[in-house]
Amino acid sequence: MSASEVIPASDKPQETFVLNVGPQHPATHGVLRLKMTMDGEYVARAEPVCGYIHRMHEKMGENRTWAQFLPNTGRIDYLAAMAYNHAYVAAVERAAKIEVPPRAEYIRVITSELNRISSHLVWFGAFLLDLGGFTPLLYAFDDREKILDLLEAITGSRLTYCYYRFGGVCNDIDADFIRGVREFVAGMRPRLKMYHTLVTENVILRRRLVGIGYIGREMCRKYGATGPVIRGAGVAYDVRKVEPYSVYRDLNFDIPAFPEGDCMARYRVRMEEIEQSLRIIEQGLDKLPDGPVMGGNVPRVLKPPAGDCCFAVEAARGRFLVRIISDNKEIPYRVRLRTPCFCNLSLFEEASAGMMLPDALALLGSLDLVIPDIDR
Amino acid sequence: MDFPEPIRLLAFLLGMMAFVAVNAAYLVWAERKGAGRFQRRPGPTEVGWAGLLQPVADGIKLISKQVIVPPGADPILFRVAPLLVMAPAMMTLAVIPFSETLVGRDINVGLVFVFAFGAINVMAIMMGGWASRNKYAIISAARVVSQDVAYEIPMLLVVITLLMVTGTMNLNEIVQQQAGWFWHWNLFRLDVNPLMPVTFIIFFICMLAETNRAPFDMAEAESELVAGAFTEYAGMGFGVFFMAEYANIVVGCSLATVLFLGGWQSPFGVGSGVIWFLLKMYALVFTVIWVRWTFPRTQFYSLLNLSWKILIPISMVTLVLTCILLKLT
Amino acid sequence: MIHSLQELADPFSALASQDTPPPTSPAAGAVVPAPVNPIQTVDFAAKGFHLDVRVQPAQVVDAASLLDRNGFAMDAVTGVDWIAENEMEVVYDYFHPDNSWRVVVRARVPRSQPEIPTISAVFPGANWHERETHEFFGIVFAGHPNLTPLLLPEDATYHPLRKDFVA
Repeated sequence: MSASEVIPASDKPQETFVLNVGPQHPATHGVLRLKMTMDGEYVARAEPVCGYIHRMHEKMGENRTWAQFLPNTGRIDYLAAMAYNHAYVAAVERAAKIEVPPRAEYIRVITSELNRISSHLVWFGAFLLDLGGFTPLLYAFDDREKILDLLEAITGSRLTYCYYRFGGVCNDIDADFIRGVREFVAGMRPRLKMYHTLVTENVILRRRLVGIGYIGREMCRKYGATGPVIRGAGVAYDVRKVEPYSVYRDLNFDIPAFPEGDCMARYRVRMEEIEQSLRIIEQGLDKLPDGPVMGGNVPRVLKPPAGDCCFAVEAARGRFLVRIISDNKEIPYRVRLRTPCFCNLSLFEEASAGMMLPDALALLGSLDLVIPDIDR
Repeated sequence: MDFPEPIRLLAFLLGMMAFVAVNAAYLVWAERKGAGRFQRRPGPTEVGWAGLLQPVADGIKLISKQVIVPPGADPILFRVAPLLVMAPAMMTLAVIPFSETLVGRDINVGLVFVFAFGAINVMAIMMGGWASRNKYAIISAARVVSQDVAYEIPMLLVVITLLMVTGTMNLNEIVQQQAGWFWHWNLFRLDVNPLMPVTFIIFFICMLAETNRAPFDMAEAESELVAGAFTEYAGMGFGVFFMAEYANIVVGCSLATVLFLGGWQSPFGVGSGVIWFLLKMYALVFTVIWVRWTFPRTQFYSLLNLSWKILIPISMVTLVLTCILLKLT
Repeated sequence: MIHSLQELADPFSALASQDTPPPTSPAAGAVVPAPVNPIQTVDFAAKGFHLDVRVQPAQVVDAASLLDRNGFAMDAVTGVDWIAENEMEVVYDYFHPDNSWRVVVRARVPRSQPEIPTISAVFPGANWHERETHEFFGIVFAGHPNLTPLLLPEDATYHPLRKDFVA
């Protein structure tokens, strides 16, 4: 019996009950609440209730200078903060026409991809935890720890990075970092192979993921779901390819896409992305040019010309879009943060209808939600 | 042993309680240490040498906590449930032969006794879940009942298969039949019944499911049901459920040892004794821990499918084939 | 299926030239400046999108349906408070899943009566974005199925992203 064969008994309200999953629940990985109307163990309707960690970053952007908003960007998606740094910095650079030296662009790509790997590793562990497998989490954190150590050495922080500056990055990378990254890349490939043998091929895992939690192309399009969710629906949409920013145009990598649209497809997209990120990092290190890491034309008092502009990046969870509106002042007129998890979660209500509780939570886990990213 | 029977029984009961409690405490330690090793970390190290006093610290913590009965819960059933889950586990241990002489009650229907008391466990968890007045607990209670009913059937079917080979329900006699080298163990007695390994595997899977252990831990699937039937239990109420879980594992593994692995018989035919029983039992317990920390959890419907669509038909076929084989030979 | 940006711009021109009066017409006296050229192809490298379309508030649903028919995906809906001009702008972002096209649709409503039809019937993903825009700006999305606060507390009566909001 698959979950899709079951018709939810939402027309029998007297036989349903409301189950509050969260805001304190092991499966929501944060303060997300799901108001689930249950028919026995079947989910008749699951309404996400968010806002428990809402901090109004967009308003904060309107009462501090352009540069002072930089640390905020590291605190939206705390697992993949580099990409958020990147989007904001690049948006301001685009508005104010600031040049970025090539070495800084390469460093940005290398650090962003390292951060993507660490984010996917956390997801891998946490997702398996959702499915009741405890052990992979510790292995994933073991690998992630190496990335955090490397990034800590050059950025000074382990999670909420504020490393990029308008016109470059704040510290150059050194030979230790390069050697450490090469060692990590060399060590990560066998680990990935081990994950596939131990986890991906596990029969219980396959039964829990294959055919469960279908999200199709149309649903992704209607809800604006991006990242591994849309790639798991067979659409090779990746901002790094369709709107190539930074130096991604010069690097050779593939966009993994699996047409099945189930949890397994999203799982495999992310695992494959780790491999692709390793490729990008290797190429980035090979091509890393010499030179300064900060552009020369960064004004001391930054006042981008009036007007609006956007910058989108491929964050670990999907398309992150920053829209900035300037009125030629020292503080932004408006900063709009379009976060991927917000859109990815909004389809949960439609996608989860009629599923059984454990499958619905597997679907929730496969969306890879970071709650501060939804609530901002 | 010239003690009068009541005193002997009392001593045995006390010994059994101490065994179960210490065993549960140190199985938790072993589980945490084992989990640590599987996960490339040291596990408990702080309290005592290699964390050996950790269970004591945990016990003191649990005992010193208030037992909170949530408002709206059934106060009597809520308190009775932990006792009811613990008692049958101890009762069953009374008929398990630890060695030829070390057995609480050597009765003829030992096997029936074990299963009769083993079934109470389900009722106790259901009671705790229902009395908690918590939706997670009620879902968990409903799951436990359907799970244990589903797995009781293949388990009993394979036990019947075994009984046809042994011809007795006295656990000590079953062990005595397996004397000699290890190929005399029921597991390897392919000459009598070539399907013995199959029955053992089914028995072991059912045992995992009956004791609500991963990958079949539907009752306290923490990523779905928080802590399932035990969500509302605090302090020692939870502690007793926890101890009972380990007591049930010991019972299940003891039974598997007695029925399939020759109980207290030495694998080499000489030097039989309680040490062999404990070795075999703890090897099985280790396997149970190993499985838990290796596999993810199944879904509930796959779990029931496994029982009704795979295990029950296979055990039925095993039963029929064994009948035919025994008739032919 | 469209093959070039010009093919996309043309239906928009047709849409803009229909010039249907909005059903919920703004209050008399409110300034609704009609831009000279509502459809602009902009430089992606400088702006981050290709097509910048300004429509009347009543036309946002038509614009959304047009983009939906052409395979565009919902990106975001947000607001901007142009307090100096006494207007609110609602900005709709769209991207195309199969290529790099980015379209921005804008509509302006008066601050005194910020009301605009919902596009959540066309793009269900807009539901949450519109709820968010409603709570942050006080813009009412007419016909929205559930216009309750999403991120703010359910009893919030303030609109924090309005420029005259004082905490």
